[in-house]
Order: sequence, then structure tokens, then C-alpha cells
Amino acid sequence: MSESKNSVIDQRVKEDYKYGFISDIESETLAPGISEETIHYISKKKKEPAWLLEWRLKAYRKWLELKEPNWQNVKYKNIDYQDISYFSAPKKNEVKSLDELDPELLRTYDKLGISLNEQKMMNGVAVDAVFDSVSIATTFREELKSHGVIFCSFSEAAIDYPEIVKKYLGSVIPQTDNYFACLNSAVFTDGSFVFIPKGVKCPMELSTYFRINEAKTGQFERTLIIAEEGSSVSYLEGCTAPMRDENQLHAAVVELVALDNATIKYSTVQNWYPGNPKTGEGGIYNFVTKRGLCSGKNSRISWTQVETGSAVTWKYPSCILKGDNSVGEFYSVALTNNMQQADTGTKMIHIGKNTKSTIISKGISAGQGQQTYRGEVKIMKNADNARNFSQCDSILIGDRCGAHTFPYIDVRNQSATMEHEASTSKIGEDQLFYCNQRGINTEDAVSMIVNGFCKEVFNELPMEFAMEAAKLMEVSLEGSVG
Amino acid sequence: MLEIKNLHVEVEGKQILNGIDLHVKAGEMHAIMGLNGSGKSTLSNAITGRENYNVTKGDIIYKNESILEMEPNKRALAGIFMSFQYPTVIPGVNNTYFLRAAVNAKRKYNEQKEYDAASFLKFVKSKLQEVEMDSKYLKRAVNEGFSGGEKKRNEMLQLLCLEPELAIMDETDSGLDIDALKIISKGINNYKNKNRSFLVITHYQRLLKYIEPDVVHVLIDGKIIKSGGKELALELEEKGYSWLES
Repeated sequence: MSESKNSVIDQRVKEDYKYGFISDIESETLAPGISEETIHYISKKKKEPAWLLEWRLKAYRKWLELKEPNWQNVKYKNIDYQDISYFSAPKKNEVKSLDELDPELLRTYDKLGISLNEQKMMNGVAVDAVFDSVSIATTFREELKSHGVIFCSFSEAAIDYPEIVKKYLGSVIPQTDNYFACLNSAVFTDGSFVFIPKGVKCPMELSTYFRINEAKTGQFERTLIIAEEGSSVSYLEGCTAPMRDENQLHAAVVELVALDNATIKYSTVQNWYPGNPKTGEGGIYNFVTKRGLCSGKNSRISWTQVETGSAVTWKYPSCILKGDNSVGEFYSVALTNNMQQADTGTKMIHIGKNTKSTIISKGISAGQGQQTYRGEVKIMKNADNARNFSQCDSILIGDRCGAHTFPYIDVRNQSATMEHEASTSKIGEDQLFYCNQRGINTEDAVSMIVNGFCKEVFNELPMEFAMEAAKLMEVSLEGSVG
Repeated sequence: MLEIKNLHVEVEGKQILNGIDLHVKAGEMHAIMGLNGSGKSTLSNAITGRENYNVTKGDIIYKNESILEMEPNKRALAGIFMSFQYPTVIPGVNNTYFLRAAVNAKRKYNEQKEYDAASFLKFVKSKLQEVEMDSKYLKRAVNEGFSGGEKKRNEMLQLLCLEPELAIMDETDSGLDIDALKIISKGINNYKNKNRSFLVITHYQRLLKYIEPDVVHVLIDGKIIKSGGKELALELEEKGYSWLES
């Protein structure tokens, strides 16, 4: 990235926060900057118990000693952490009615098949009047409660279920795991908390979909999901509408814990603002740490992600396969168009015996998009008969984009079975012409070819999500050819 | 149907076609014969509007209108079909899905109701019999793992489903065994009627044993140097191309 672009982004970062102050009259926005005082403020706002404040402060002090990583294959302007506001409420007054919205945005929604009400909800338009996200969550909660399932915001959980939170918070991703996880531990503002008790199959898909506005209040979300013995849950995260989020840095942390015979399926459709198509300006930095611990025997954690947004994506949803016979899965579709960059993949750490992991990664690069698959499969000494299957495919659209693959394999037990397949292909002029010659226009042809390429992963998504993901790909790829 | 006037085509700065004149009337079948490099495929690519085939002079008139400015998919929708010499593989895209997208694009263009999955399956199965293809090919990805003959039969299947008015058969006989050749020839003969025209591009006269062109043209160095009836093809078979070149 050139200097001039850097300064444009830099400026934009500042502008956005300035804008936040002016327009956001109903909400409290903390002045930019991070200090122990900031953390005291957040914790107080959330009415948190004292132990959590201490936990945050501990993280903050450690964070001060850490260095921002630079090994990832993405380029971005250095982040000025004193120039970020660490607490701000939703910007409800930003847009007063749908008519004020960018018609382009409305057109995109239309294409996604999202109804008007959903549009209102997702854009923070008159949310309180039309959709009270808090009450929606409550409705959910009561229904779920009859099954013993706890589904609430992280802040509420910290107050209502301190024992569970205390026990599991940071148990999968320690505070000092990495720079951004540590920062998150210090300043996280909200997120989701899910607890599935012993033997309960969660009766519905859980989703942050309805709480996206709430999540928007913080750039630092914290999610914790615990599935007790013999329970199962499917959780959906994100929204399929293109959020025009003003926040620059998203550093979320997601921790999953599956006990004996428990199953957690975690699906993400990430479509944060990718920035200006020509300059990448204004796009989100999506630096997320996600990890699941299969702590019990026969437990299973499955990550499915469709990543189409953000200017820079940097995440590796991982599984620690500690319990014997536990299973970890990672299904990923990542798309980088225009100026987007992504360095994503997974880690599968085999500790227990007969553990099994599957990695299917599909990368699509278009425009000047740059994409890296980075994956690590580690078979520890006592992980007898561990198995891994990895498949990493990349597809390139045009000749200005790039795809890179860095698989790391570390085997310390001779009984392991490892399979790795990789391919890189190009959407060729010949494929497009072939479709054109059959009367199919180029835009439809590209989405058909790309969807064919992603099929294996889309099949892993809950039905409704799969359809939306396919449509999302279509929208994200618009104009990438010709 | 198709009128080509003084067509000059350049590919990557190289002049390939040097003034082609061709008039295919509705219901006619024309064969273009020529050696490799004579410009046969350039001609079919120019008619279908492929990128990088630049018309530098002359015109292509289809149904009384110049199509030079038309996008390739619009030309297809208007009824021009090409059976590819080397059909392209599209991994992960189900053959039925692809075919339905193509047929529905055309139906939409013609303001007809689009097929849903069930009604399309019924439609395509009836066509399948004509090219003696097993329905298992419908479930595979487009042309993936198809043999040469299977690919050409799949092209023929697409032709039958899309019902073009002008079908260009680009080297359809290459890589075909005798059985497949017979099936495809039968398909062509059954399909041809007074409103449908064919432009058959071929290297050999092998295919012409089974189909009856009304006119045979000989293409050498980007120019049609001789036209005649079916007997011209036989003459070429006997004497080769060299007697025409001097």
C-alpha cells in the first residue's frame, strides 16, 4: 500500500470517530484512547463484578508488553490504539429513514432477498421503535430457558451466571494467546453467551443475527459457548447484509467448549464493509481469534465460515482435539475482491487418541484481492491413530489477484494418517465464453462457476444460510469480470 | 439467415480471415472445409463473438441485422449456437443445472415461463434419448471426466435443448468413434428443417458421409477459394487440398 493511501485510511479512521461524536447524540461515546481508566469505565458501564474488572486489567497490563504481530501475509496501516474509542453505543440517528439510505445499498439488499423490516433492523434505522433487539433476545431466552438453555449477552451472563463465566472465560484462548486476543480481553464490550446443559439438544438455531446492532456497539466482541455432556448446538454468527460499519478494527474472541459427546456447530457469514473498491479505504480490519476445545471424549466442533467482507481478514478458527475420538472440522469459503486481503485458515491440534480433523478451504480472489490460506495440523505424541484430511483450493478471477497457501504439518506420532490436497485454478476466458455461448450472461456465469467451486462448503451451512451465502457471493463478485 | 460480407478478422494482431463471403439461407446446410490453420475456427469464433477475434473489415448479418456489436450471450439468445471443438469443463457445476440455466436464459429472453427443476428434468430426459446418453451424465459436473465422444454428445444435447436457428458445428467429428459419429449425424439430420440452418466446419469429409450439405466451401489462407455441391467434398477427399492452392 502506498503512502498516500495509508494517509487516506488514517484520515478516514479519524473522520469516522469524529463523525461518531457529532451524530451520536443519544449514546455515550468514550473519548479515544486506552488506559486503565478506560477499562474501569467500560466495566462500570457494564456493572461488572469486581473479578471481571481485575481480569480485564490483568489482560491490559500484559497487552502493554506484547508486540503487534507482523508475520501474516497482509498489509495494513499501523493502528494507533490511542486513536480508537473503546466504548460507543449504536449510532441510531445516523439514518432516519430508509429513504436516506444509499440506493445502491437498498438494491443490494433487494438482491439478497432481505425484507424491508430486516433492512431496518440491520441498518440501525429506528431500531427501538420497530425492532427492540433486547426484547427479541428475551423472547428467545424464555423459550430456550424451558429447555435449560442459556442464551444471552455476555454482559448479562457476567452478572447472572458469574460461576460459569469465571470457569470458562479464557480457558480456551488465554489472555496472552496473541496481541489482539489480549486487547479484546481488556476492552471487550459485549458478545454472546451460550450454555447448553447436559443431554440437551438445543431446539433451535441460535444466532447473533438479531443482535447485530448490539454487537455494533463494540468493536471487541466476546463470545463463549459451552456444551455440556451429550448436548448439541448450532450457532450462526454475523449477518448476510452488507453492513456499512464505521468501525475500523474488529478484534473479536470466540471460545467454544465441548464436553463428552457434545457437538458444537459454529457458522459464520462475515460481510463487513470491505472498503472503497478502488482504494480499500474505510474497510474493516477483521482480526479475530476463534478456538474450540473438544475437551470431552467423542466431542465434535465444526467451524463453517463464509468470509466475503472486510478490507483485511485475519483469522484461524481452530480446534483443540483433547478428548479421545473427538472430531474437528473447518469448512471455509473466503472471497477477496477489489483491494481486499485475507490471511485465513485453521489449526487442528490433535492431543487425544483416535482424533479426526477435516479441513476444506476454498479461496476466491478477484480484482486485486490477495488471499492466503494458512493452516496448521499438529499431531501430538500421545494422539494415536489421529487422522487429518486437508483440501485447499483456490480460484483466481482476472490476472491482478493472488492466492497463497501455507500448510504447516507437525506430526509427532507415527500412527497418524495425513492427507493433503491443494489446487489453484483460474476462471478462464474459455469457461466464460462457453457459458456466454449458451446464452448465460457473464455475471451469472461467474457466480455459477464460483458457487460450483464452493459447493462442498455451502453444503455444510444451515439450509437458509446456504442460499443467502450463494447470493452473497453473487453480490460480492459483481463487476469482478469485464 | 446468415450473411457474411467481405469479413476480415485479426487475432492478436495477426490477420487470419481475408475477406470471407458466405450466404446461408434458412434451412440450408453449409460445410466449410479446410486444413488446420486455414481459419475455420476463427470464422466460427468471429460469428459467435469471442473476445480477441477482431473484425477489422466487413460485416456479419444475422436475421437481417449486423451482429458485430452484439455481446456473445446476446448472439446465443438470438439463436446462434456453436458446438465446441473442445467443450470446456466447469468443475462443481452440475450438468443439469448448467443446462437449465442456459435454457431458462433463453426462455426468459423469449418471454416464456422458465422451467422449474422438476419440469426441466422431464424436458431434458426426452432429449437425452435422442443422443443416446445415460441420465447419469446429468448428475456429473459440466464435461468433467467426459470422454471425447461424451463431450460431443453433450454438446448435441445442449443443441437439442436450446433449439438454435443457426447451429455451427466446429470440428464435431474430431475425436469421435464411428458410433458416436452416427448418433450425432442422426441428431443433426433430425434437427434440420426449413427454418434451421447448419454451418458444419470440418477437416475431413468423414462426417459428410452421414449428413448432406447443400453447399461445400473450401477455405484456404482465410479465403473461400471454391464452393460447390457435395461432390466437391469427395473431390477433396480424393485429391487433397493442394490442387486448389496453386
